[in-house]
Amino acid sequence: MSEARIDHMTYLPDMENIGSDIQDRVIAAMESYDPEKYTAEDVRAALEKDVLTPEDYGALLSPAATPLMEEIAQRAQAETRKHFGSSIQLFTPLYIANYCENYCIYCGFNCHNKIHRAKLDYSEIEKEMQAISSTGLEEVLILTGESRKMSDVEYIGEACRIAKKYFKVTGLEVYPMNTDEYRYLHECGADYVTVFQETYNSDKYETLHLAGHKRIFPYRFNAQERAIRGGMRGVGFAALLGLSDFRKDAFATGIHAYLIQQKYPHADIAFSCPRLRPIINNDKINPKDVHETQLLQVMCAYRIFMPFASLTISTRECARFRDNSIKIAATKISAGVDVGIGGHGDNERKGDEQFEISDGRNVKEVYDAIKAQGLQPVMSEYIYL
Amino acid sequence: MEKDKLIIGGHEFDSRFILGSGKYSLELIKAAVENAGAQIITLALRRANSDVDNILDYIPKGVTLLPNTSGARNAEEAVRIARLSRELGCGDFVKIEIMRDSKYLLPENYETIKATEILANEGFVVMPYMYPDLNVARDLKNAGAATIMPLGAPIGTNKGIVTKEFIKILIEEIDLPIIVDAGIGKPSHACEAMEMGAAAVMANTAIATAGDIPAMAEAFRKAIEAGRTAYLSGMGRVRDRASASSPLTGFLRD
Repeated sequence: MSEARIDHMTYLPDMENIGSDIQDRVIAAMESYDPEKYTAEDVRAALEKDVLTPEDYGALLSPAATPLMEEIAQRAQAETRKHFGSSIQLFTPLYIANYCENYCIYCGFNCHNKIHRAKLDYSEIEKEMQAISSTGLEEVLILTGESRKMSDVEYIGEACRIAKKYFKVTGLEVYPMNTDEYRYLHECGADYVTVFQETYNSDKYETLHLAGHKRIFPYRFNAQERAIRGGMRGVGFAALLGLSDFRKDAFATGIHAYLIQQKYPHADIAFSCPRLRPIINNDKINPKDVHETQLLQVMCAYRIFMPFASLTISTRECARFRDNSIKIAATKISAGVDVGIGGHGDNERKGDEQFEISDGRNVKEVYDAIKAQGLQPVMSEYIYL
Repeated sequence: MEKDKLIIGGHEFDSRFILGSGKYSLELIKAAVENAGAQIITLALRRANSDVDNILDYIPKGVTLLPNTSGARNAEEAVRIARLSRELGCGDFVKIEIMRDSKYLLPENYETIKATEILANEGFVVMPYMYPDLNVARDLKNAGAATIMPLGAPIGTNKGIVTKEFIKILIEEIDLPIIVDAGIGKPSHACEAMEMGAAAVMANTAIATAGDIPAMAEAFRKAIEAGRTAYLSGMGRVRDRASASSPLTGFLRD
């Protein structure tokens, strides 16, 4: 690689700097977090509290907590039912473009990966949305690769306008943008914004995100805050577990959400908990030390620390894990998932997928699986206002 | 006690149990109507009007729908949701819920007063959910509220009526049905609220999360009836302290 690397901690000219102190506070908390210092007693003491402190949250994520998973899961389940009853929200992601200007070495969409690139035009987006809507879903999550050139804000905005015709709730998982751009997309119909920070360890981040706007760590970090200021109802957080020390990354993710909620108490908070998945042209990528037990531990810790937050379980995980996780901690589950470009219903596949999914069940199958557990599938939890 | 009716905005109800909507399942609605005798069921409009498992399809005829404005963060949004619910044919009742806090979901009293005034003027039967504050309750009444719905404890906590002393003041001072909403975790809490003189109670989580939903619904019905009967029969004095003798004034008889 001979291309000159730009400084990953310095904003580029068009990037809005809102001057927030949250990043410094999250990084400081993460750096002082030592997962090894906790004992089983610390974990039990944390579980006995009504409201957990960040310190207690750290205990739940520690190796000392892993042998206590049953107790932790019981508490998580109690919190989930207390705050969400039996409701499980359904949604599906819709990838409208996979062009990307970033070079993130673990991602199938990265600009140096030779995959079939495509972008849906507006009539193709509408056809995809019609196909999704006909399955009964009322919430859609619009995704693009991160290319401002190929998928500009106006293009995403038009997709939101089309989505408004078919869905009650539209979420976005696209490249981070400025406050006024979020405001524009909210006016077009989008309700919430999810941005994965991937890893909160900025040194590690720098080695994984070699080029593109995504390389700029602080601009990505402050995306949720800009989205809220732009009028979005809710924001989602995630670290891609397995990129770096997953306990520290999960800790930072929770603290990030915690501080945002404190600063913007009206905002809805959501977590996703992705693990690394194999991608096209690179089968060596694996979640390493994040096994199912650890993944469930992270999910339960999110739930107990912020019991009111929505928690999404991805199709990166298999049906068995997903069906069990909605019994314990997850409150939102995708169904009928296709992570390529085009291909819903009878529509033709136009571009390759971002990663391999593990749970290919359609909406009806996931719906029935939720019901079979005595839980209540919910198609819409918001009104666009 | 034949004519002990709950009257809200000119409508009469025999039941003093209102089913909340925070956590719902279709089984819960059935149990609330059949086993708890609910005649009013709240409905989060954000969940209504769905093509799949439309909650509206499961609410029996004769049950009054009480759409709520959950999701609203200010008066303007609550008003928009209320108007939308009327357009969707959900009737004229509306429970105002305005929250600016995603963590505790505590009601926003100031915005609630504003929304109450606007909606009452538009002919809605307005039932505002509020933090029990006497001054706010008076303002809500003046704004045209049909009932006052103070919270017993934060939503979903099942902690019982932790705001008891303040709700008692509302019952004493406000000439509207006081309906205790949120925090009622078990039938004894519901009974306590009714003994205090609450006009009705609203519950959801307590029944929704019970092991046997129909049985818990029935337990709530009985508890509410017991509490109401006790209230109407004139409760005997319950003394906080023993007072068998008169240590301070006994000398007067010496």
